[in-house]
Amino acid sequence: MSSFLPPADRIWWNVPVGKQEIIWAGIALVWCLIMFFMMPYWHVYGKQNLSTEAYQTNAEKYGESVEAFVAEYQTGVEEQSGMPIVTPPAGSDIYMLGRLWQWYPILNLEKGETYRLHLGSMDWNHGFSLQPVNINLQVVPGYEMVINVTPDQAGEFTVVCNEYCGIGHHTMLGKIYVKEN
Amino acid sequence: MARFRVCPDSGFYFDRSAESLMKVNAVAGVVFLLIAGLLALGVILTRWQEVHLLPADLFYQVLTAHGINALIFWVIFFEMAVLYFASSTLLRSRLAAPGWAWAGFALMIIGAVMNNVAVLQGNSSVMMTSYVPMQAAPHFYLGLILFAVGALIGCFVFLGTLVLAKDDKTYDGSIPLVTFGALTACIIAIFTIASGAIILFPTFLWSIGYINHIDAEMYRIIWWALGHSSQQINVAAHVSIWYLITGILFGARPMSEKVSRFAFLLYIFFLQLASAHHILVDPGVSSEWKIFNTSYAMYLAVLASMIHGLTVPGAMEVAQRSKGYTKGLFEWLRKAPWGNPVFSGFFFALIIFGFIGGITGVVMGTEQINLIIHNTIYVPAHFHATVAVGTTLTFMALTYLLIPVLFRRALFLPWMAKLQPYVFSLGMTIMILFLLGAGTLGVSRRHWDMDFTGAALSFEYPGTAYMMMAVGGIGGVLGVLGGAMFLIVTVGSLLFGKKLEPSAGLFQGFCGIPLADSVYNVEQPPRLERAEPIEHDHSGGFEAPGTFVLALALLVCFVVYYAINWDYLSSVWPIG
Repeated sequence: MSSFLPPADRIWWNVPVGKQEIIWAGIALVWCLIMFFMMPYWHVYGKQNLSTEAYQTNAEKYGESVEAFVAEYQTGVEEQSGMPIVTPPAGSDIYMLGRLWQWYPILNLEKGETYRLHLGSMDWNHGFSLQPVNINLQVVPGYEMVINVTPDQAGEFTVVCNEYCGIGHHTMLGKIYVKEN
Repeated sequence: MARFRVCPDSGFYFDRSAESLMKVNAVAGVVFLLIAGLLALGVILTRWQEVHLLPADLFYQVLTAHGINALIFWVIFFEMAVLYFASSTLLRSRLAAPGWAWAGFALMIIGAVMNNVAVLQGNSSVMMTSYVPMQAAPHFYLGLILFAVGALIGCFVFLGTLVLAKDDKTYDGSIPLVTFGALTACIIAIFTIASGAIILFPTFLWSIGYINHIDAEMYRIIWWALGHSSQQINVAAHVSIWYLITGILFGARPMSEKVSRFAFLLYIFFLQLASAHHILVDPGVSSEWKIFNTSYAMYLAVLASMIHGLTVPGAMEVAQRSKGYTKGLFEWLRKAPWGNPVFSGFFFALIIFGFIGGITGVVMGTEQINLIIHNTIYVPAHFHATVAVGTTLTFMALTYLLIPVLFRRALFLPWMAKLQPYVFSLGMTIMILFLLGAGTLGVSRRHWDMDFTGAALSFEYPGTAYMMMAVGGIGGVLGVLGGAMFLIVTVGSLLFGKKLEPSAGLFQGFCGIPLADSVYNVEQPPRLERAEPIEHDHSGGFEAPGTFVLALALLVCFVVYYAINWDYLSSVWPIG
């Protein structure tokens, strides 16, 4: 009854605690600490850690960087969409932007090389969801995020937008091709 | 005229004005649950790709309204009723400032209606999160602000009632554990609402043109101190209700007041850090900040939930064992009243919240693992386990308890009430498990068309993803059916349920009008005495061995699932 009555003991905080609760709280605490230390551990020994490199920017400035990148390294045009295909040198800075409703441009990368991928949005929040790898990043307007990415599989990969961005959200796709080197 | 009536069945003393406020808040909550449930059907039947019911614009509109009505209006209205119950009724105190409480209620109604109107008008399909710079109509934000102010007033009425009860010496000793838990919920609510005001007020000014820019990342960080922390109000509230239900049904007492209260204290200190869970793959936030916040400072709030996970069923087990259900590890559980929806609702909520909602929440809230989960349909699957089952089913179970006590009506169609927690839990569990699976395959949340019709480029999800969305859809429809059964029973009880003497008239239940004057015949209830003392004998073995085994089962699932996800993460492209 006493869960909704005042405690039987006026000084309830001095009542000894049962063995069972102490043991469980101890086990739970150890597990919590293990989970906590897993995150710094992975920063040291794991290979999937999001960089925290980011810059404040704006649509105009970021758009210029992307256009310069496309102008320099464009190698073709995707037929279905007319989207430029860009083949940057291995290990270079590469750019992609999200806008209503496309991921621009299409990137042509080499397997096993590490690229500095710049991501930014021209308008609203977008979600960079690389499929079928399943890496998901938030792309926020006003910010340019730089991550080091190393494609370790060859093939055709799709960027799905997974942050709601209006009525055409479901048509917002991008492509990254990775070829064997 | 006397203030109080005593319920002949439960022995609870109801303050006249608190009683009316509980009724109107609970009824308002259920009305918004009805709206949210109908909208849920539209969402499910669209995401089930083979059905694909709604066109895109309507889908996003429905999804926006579903989220806000379910996650904000339904739960917070009901929580106001819980706060008044946990203060005025449990402490046998008059309610502080009932006029203010009514004003708060009115503001909440105005706000909720205004927000729904904005969404209904069609140019505010911005999702519950309304991330800037996507803009909704000004009254979308204003509605939320008014609602929040109303809820804040309710919180202060609750605090005032605690002060009043102490001054009037309506109880002896410390406040009961359930009230302590409600106080936890109230403190978290105040933090949450303050965060909401800090970000929504400037956003409102921006929407009418007084401010020209709101930083999109700042918005996300502060908004989530409202968005996620508001769900922690639910956690504190439904855990308190679990203690209440085990107390009422089994006469259970906390295994240790100290342990349970300490766990609530950990919630107050650490739960609010949850804002970080949504910012783990955002630009410009440091890893240290993410690690500290996402883990609630070394998972101290998870520790609290794991403690409640043992002490809530543990209290029930101890009570059952003392009644002679001592055979084996689980006789106490087998012989529980499984046909009573108050029990089955509470117990399914506990299990699904802990085993599915809790574990998936911690896993996806791990800094690096979030990379493979962020914004996939895994996320809604997680919070349907925590809020749509954990909180909502707990509130449903409490409603079954309150209909006779508060509304003085017998349950309408008791067989349906008996089945309801089973149908609802089964449907929701199917939906949740399959959406978790689809999310792991990369299916995105808040997305109208997984076929990407009309896109310049093309992409196909694997066939398994379609299968999972379809089975999830079937589960979801079953869940909505379970929700409909709840509404039939509750609304039916108020309309057609057998009147219990003393009783309320037809519309009194809905409108919060008090019972006949003659029923209120207690000027001041006798002081609430402390619980009967018991021997604290901790010399023997475990008091609740069955619960301990259940807790270890939870831990094993937790560890295994956590390891699987790290393994999955290690297989994706290296990024750094």
